[in-house]
Amino acid sequence: MLHYIFQRLLLLIPTFLGVTLVGFLVMRLAPGDPAELRAAGGLGGARESTISRNKQSTVDEAMAQWRAQYGLDKPIHVQYLVWLKNLFTLSFGESFKDNQSVWGKIAERLPVTVKLNFWSILVVYLVAIPLGIYSATHPNSFGDQITTLTAFVLFAVPLVWAATMAVVFICGGDFYYLFPPAGLESLDFSEKWSFGKKFTDHAWHLFLPVVLLSYDGFAGMSRYMRASMLEVLRQDYVQVARAKGLQENIVIFKHVLRNSLIPQVTILASILPGLIGGSIIIETIFSIPGLGQLGYESVLARDYPTVLALFTVSAILTLLGILISDLLLSVVDPRIVFGRRQQ
Amino acid sequence: MSSNPTNSISVTPGKSIISSGTSEITGGLWADVWKRFTHNPIALAGFYVVCFLAIMAVFADLLANDKPYYLEYRGKTYFPIFRSFIVGARLGHWPPELLNVEFKKLEGARAAYPPIPYRPTNINLLEPLEPPSARHWFGTDKLGRDIMAGMIHGSRVSLSIGFVAVGIAVIIGVVLGAIAGYFGSWVDLVISRVFEIMLSIPTFFLLITVAALLPPSIFLTMAIIGMTSWVGMARFTRNEFLRIRNLDYVTSAIALGVTDRKVMYKHILPNALAPVIVSVVLGIAGAILVESSLSFLGIGVPAELVTWGSILHEASTTTFAWWLAVFPGFAIFITVLAYYLVGEGLREVLDPRLRGLR
Repeated sequence: MLHYIFQRLLLLIPTFLGVTLVGFLVMRLAPGDPAELRAAGGLGGARESTISRNKQSTVDEAMAQWRAQYGLDKPIHVQYLVWLKNLFTLSFGESFKDNQSVWGKIAERLPVTVKLNFWSILVVYLVAIPLGIYSATHPNSFGDQITTLTAFVLFAVPLVWAATMAVVFICGGDFYYLFPPAGLESLDFSEKWSFGKKFTDHAWHLFLPVVLLSYDGFAGMSRYMRASMLEVLRQDYVQVARAKGLQENIVIFKHVLRNSLIPQVTILASILPGLIGGSIIIETIFSIPGLGQLGYESVLARDYPTVLALFTVSAILTLLGILISDLLLSVVDPRIVFGRRQQ
Repeated sequence: MSSNPTNSISVTPGKSIISSGTSEITGGLWADVWKRFTHNPIALAGFYVVCFLAIMAVFADLLANDKPYYLEYRGKTYFPIFRSFIVGARLGHWPPELLNVEFKKLEGARAAYPPIPYRPTNINLLEPLEPPSARHWFGTDKLGRDIMAGMIHGSRVSLSIGFVAVGIAVIIGVVLGAIAGYFGSWVDLVISRVFEIMLSIPTFFLLITVAALLPPSIFLTMAIIGMTSWVGMARFTRNEFLRIRNLDYVTSAIALGVTDRKVMYKHILPNALAPVIVSVVLGIAGAILVESSLSFLGIGVPAELVTWGSILHEASTTTFAWWLAVFPGFAIFITVLAYYLVGEGLREVLDPRLRGLR
């Protein structure tokens, strides 16, 4: 097992380098010089017209100095290597926007996004698997058809629409005020509240973002679950289990469920990037101070170090997701031999 | 769908491989696919919606326009919309009396207007944020622009984004997938690493980064969406090529000395297309969704261009204007659902396992 984990980790290295290289090149080769942008921002953006030639040279000097400070004057491959070296010391540099440590910014916001996504993944599995089991054990029944149809329709609902509708109709506004329109805790939140009150307040704020982040996941996964369970139900060993007189419950939950869970485990890896994308939208709409909102704001401000760091963190999370689902796969399916997984 | 009565007359997979390769029975498989597709009413409904949207996009100028179809003015007859096409194609000029006039304010003119007598760019600051009424079927936004007109013209944006982005994705995906699956060994290993990298990249984040760094442009947005969404198609193609490459007919083609390129494109590709086609249709839906998210975030498409996503964005800031949220979002939803239904219907008729022909 340890050997297998080690091997998988080794294979992650070239992938990780590739991902960061793509991110790095995108950031550096995009038009728009961060130094110039910064100078323009610092002088109210009216540089060209109002500043005399005299001042212009001072600005150029400041820009050159600033470029040197951030290493932007070096050739691009050197910049990449320096960035990689810093990465190993967990230093993502300083934000172009406010000169704060990027790592500090991320560490501050990471728990929020992790919490949001943890609950979303939990909801996805908790809703999808029972629904999938029900649909597969009652194929083509009325309930199955309703579930399949609902899942299909939910899958097509655009997240931005669902979120906007929620904000317009049930988050204050002119209609109903069932859920808070922004933030993760009430404005008058205090540490002195009882545990129950804090918990309710948190749950009330988390409910909509979590539902919105997870509906498309559980819609998709319940369909996968149904399909894989039907596939397993068709196998001979299930018939054998029934023929030897096992109760239907034992057949389903002991013999069929385990095997039909295998594909769902690998799906964990594929829903992670979707959740990261969804976090950007949801955190922006609901003003949740997480990584998604930070990413959106940094992208708009062209804060390259922060954007690159977030890109790297999301890539690491995705790679970890793939690794974890591979490891889980060998736990649920003993047929998969470590290190020699068949395609 | 296993109870589908057409199963009994459908061609066997063996025959379909031959028929799509030879010229005189071309379309044997596809005629069969179409026939079986039309037996699925839900998929067919999706197909009709897709056609309806395409027609709406093509004829957007005739459905929502501030110029009349037909105009009688000072004893003369004009066809201003059609004239605007001619002028747009640089084949003619406006008559001087109609140059830069506001048609609705011409005195003593008789005119026939399209059902929505506005363009999405018509700003009317006297009618901001009007709720739906007979004048403005779906209301107006805060600049007084007609939402219905914006939605009709917005269908062009989402349709063209869907098709162009997926077109780019198909080209990259099929070429890379074909090369990886056909040549195998180290080529496959290298290209598969590229797939793995693309799969681990947080695509949406990369997308908003690139779109925000580049100047806003609908064509760049199409290209970026296409370039970040080809992995799925590439993997399908690779797996199909890997499978088909070892079939006897390919081995014999190679033994006969057919060039690699010809084997790939003439002999393998037609048989590898089925799963790709399904992912193309689903990919169009995906691209439309991504575009709506991008314009919702105000990234990528130019600010003055009205798209379904940009109307939704306005809804999220002016929360009392429910019409800004309901209609464009519903349009995206119906479009995406229609493509999903078509894709699902195609999967059912194209996937041999679902055809009961294992």
